[in-house]
Amino acid sequence: MSAAPSLLEVRSLTRRFGGLTAVNSVDLDLAEGEFLSVIGPNGAGKTTLFNLITGHDDPDGGTVKFSGRDITRLPPEWLATLGIARTFQHGRVFANLSVMDNVLVGAHVRFKAVRPAWPSPLSLLGPFAEVALALIRPSSVVTEEKRMREEALRILARFGDRLLPRLDHPTYSLSYANRRRVEIGRALALGPKLLLLDEPTAGMNQTETAEMQTLIGDLKKSGLTILLIEHKLDMVMQLSDRVIVMDNGSVIANGKPAEVRNNPAVIEAYLGHRRSDKSEASVPEAAE
Amino acid sequence: MSSWFDYTVNGLIIGNIYALLAVGLALIFGVSRLINFAHGSVYVVGAYAGFLAVTQFGTPLPLTIVIVVAVGALLGLAIERFGLRPLQGYAHIAPLLATIGISFVLDQLVQLTFSPDPRALPSELLQKRFQIGSGTIGALDILIAAIGIGSAGLLYYFLRFTRLGWAVRATAQDRDAAQQMGVDVDAVNRTVFAIASALGAVSGLLVGMYYNYIDPSMSFQATLKGVVAQVVGGVGNVPGAIAGSMLLGLVESYGIALFGTSYRNLFAFILLIVVLVLRPNGLFASRRQTPPEPMTGTFIAPSKPVQISPRTLLAIALAAALLPLVLPNPYVLQTLTNAWLYGLLGLSLTLIAGTVGLISLGHAALLAIGGYASALLSLDLGMPVGLSILLAGVIAAALGTLLVFPSFRLRGHYLSIATLAIGEIVSLVILNWDSLTRGPIGVSGIPPLSLFGFELDTDRSVYWFALGVLVVLAALQFRLLRSHLGRTLRAMRDDDIAARSYGIGLDRYKALAFAVGSFAAGVSGGITAHLYSYINHETFNSQLSILALTIVILGGMGNVTGAILGSVLLVGLPEVFRVAAEYRVLIYGIVLLLLVRFRPQGLLGTV
Repeated sequence: MSAAPSLLEVRSLTRRFGGLTAVNSVDLDLAEGEFLSVIGPNGAGKTTLFNLITGHDDPDGGTVKFSGRDITRLPPEWLATLGIARTFQHGRVFANLSVMDNVLVGAHVRFKAVRPAWPSPLSLLGPFAEVALALIRPSSVVTEEKRMREEALRILARFGDRLLPRLDHPTYSLSYANRRRVEIGRALALGPKLLLLDEPTAGMNQTETAEMQTLIGDLKKSGLTILLIEHKLDMVMQLSDRVIVMDNGSVIANGKPAEVRNNPAVIEAYLGHRRSDKSEASVPEAAE
Repeated sequence: MSSWFDYTVNGLIIGNIYALLAVGLALIFGVSRLINFAHGSVYVVGAYAGFLAVTQFGTPLPLTIVIVVAVGALLGLAIERFGLRPLQGYAHIAPLLATIGISFVLDQLVQLTFSPDPRALPSELLQKRFQIGSGTIGALDILIAAIGIGSAGLLYYFLRFTRLGWAVRATAQDRDAAQQMGVDVDAVNRTVFAIASALGAVSGLLVGMYYNYIDPSMSFQATLKGVVAQVVGGVGNVPGAIAGSMLLGLVESYGIALFGTSYRNLFAFILLIVVLVLRPNGLFASRRQTPPEPMTGTFIAPSKPVQISPRTLLAIALAAALLPLVLPNPYVLQTLTNAWLYGLLGLSLTLIAGTVGLISLGHAALLAIGGYASALLSLDLGMPVGLSILLAGVIAAALGTLLVFPSFRLRGHYLSIATLAIGEIVSLVILNWDSLTRGPIGVSGIPPLSLFGFELDTDRSVYWFALGVLVVLAALQFRLLRSHLGRTLRAMRDDDIAARSYGIGLDRYKALAFAVGSFAAGVSGGITAHLYSYINHETFNSQLSILALTIVILGGMGNVTGAILGSVLLVGLPEVFRVAAEYRVLIYGIVLLLLVRFRPQGLLGTV
């Protein structure tokens, strides 16, 4: 238990697929500003855990609390308004949208002028107002759009000259690594309180991985609360305040990177039973 | 009591016929994840092959069945080889559109060869009936049941105990894995199409014999019924398809018993919508699964749209406006007026299908709603025509959105099926709601177009009116696409899961886009009603829905300029070349097929 109040509080979260328990009574606490990584072999249930936290899948049991509020089973579009942003394991950019538009969609919930939040009976008229405002474009709407575009440019500038020269390119034309960057840019545009990254460096080469690590390190320094799934343990060990290890749906270890690294249960999960008896080896650098 | 026995027998027999269709659809969906909209055409070809054999060559029944099986199987092979195999690796929507194109081509070919008039398919079995308790059962009933049960048994044996049957099941479970294990997936596809089409063709023959009646328009209904039965049983599930077919047959038969024949299809489609909305995986399946994560949007062919400067567009619009002064030829003006009205329909569908990715196959229903609304408002309430057209747009938007709203949770092909069914429901309601719509008689004496009290009685004024409405709505749609809504809607189309993650409520934005799009379609229907002065439930038929889709794909999905260009080309060119009306639908089908194969992004590109 950390001393700071939890931003994210997961209690006995469980999800079964038929006979398989993909996530088995998982507890997890994430303090504000903390950097927590979830590691574990393929099929350990990490992505399912992410999907449960972000509302893409409904748990069979357990609760998720965010800033003290119960968010279990809330749909993803609500969670976005609360400030939870995520990236996806295999990448989900909007392929036919430009780099700039992808990032602007990330800021969708922050557009207030063009999407007036009216009280209950009037809220039914919201969609009509939204169409009207999009067509008429009063100055408030125009300035808001301009402000968001400037901010999107600042976010994209974080990636050096990887994306800035390609603002108008549709993302299907980008390299794999660049698409992953667009995804992270889009997540940042939400102005998240909690950022969930699902294998942000999968499929990247060493240089690109190092670049990404620096970027995530910067995000951490800026005080952003981050939950990371990653297989590249080097990166996990360097960035994380704490590490959670999952195997077969359950948390088998939870602690500081160095503690987790030498935990026999973790070594067993990664290397199998017989070998871990003989070898003194710690967790391999990359478990792919 | 005896009549209930008869209705039950009748329901089960019809169910057997549907099962022959639905099993084929399920097999095809299993191995290629495709809902084959050409299946009804195979059924019609089967019926006509049987008709030809019996009437021309006097073949005995067993031989007729063999001939029909052979024709169906060969047709299935041809569809697979030339229509679908070249599309491997294309966007998901491509094979679906190809089967729609194939079905139009086949239906029209049958119609051109045999004329659209119904024919009798004589059968000596029809008269023989046996007494069972208080009810009777016909020899033909027994034959149909025997063929149904026999084919199910053969199919079971094939899938269970033969090498190729294993390969089919393996491919259905995981196509890539099967291929890597050395299964010849193309051979599996061929086999499945041959079997499915042979069953479909026999089904057509049996229906023809059962009712002693065949005509080319049976195709569309057959596809729909097969799809309904399959969806009810769970898409791709062979035993489910059989169960779904029996259920559908019984529901229809009891429905007719209680309410009368003209409601028959209404039950089928309402059953479909209810199942789709409540249990989209079918009555006999209960798996909830999240769809796989795509690397990029695979739904729509990526492309770079052709950029046309606003100045060029303005110049073209001006030229179009000046045309009546330069070329006051009434034939040209009427043709182009038609093109502008279809352009409005194109604007509507290109927003809904192209920008948002909801491939609606029932878009003509919006025209019908708009047409009837404006006609009845001006006739029954004496509303001025300009106002009634505007209200027609609003009513089409409200009613259209309300009707599809429950289907918004469906994805891809399922949504298309739902819109198809909703389109049919609208047309059936129009037919049956006599007190409002005047039923099958239609609405006549609709007042001509007028604006602020001035009657638009010249070709020129009507041309300008249609063009003006089109330009205004096109300009608004451009502006909408360039706002935050444009990127929001396109984001939903490219990846709805990621879009939700960023706070985009799918239902809200789908409804919003559908309403905006339906408005244009309703206005188009309204204007059309006043131009024709007479409309009935067949004025806005399902062929218009497919024409609209072809217009949109020809121009480029989501492309406003493209929709207008597509409409001018598809409506205008056949007029220029004076193509006879009966060949037009054939041409639309061929254009659709060629586009899907060679230019899936359309002429001006996907936006």
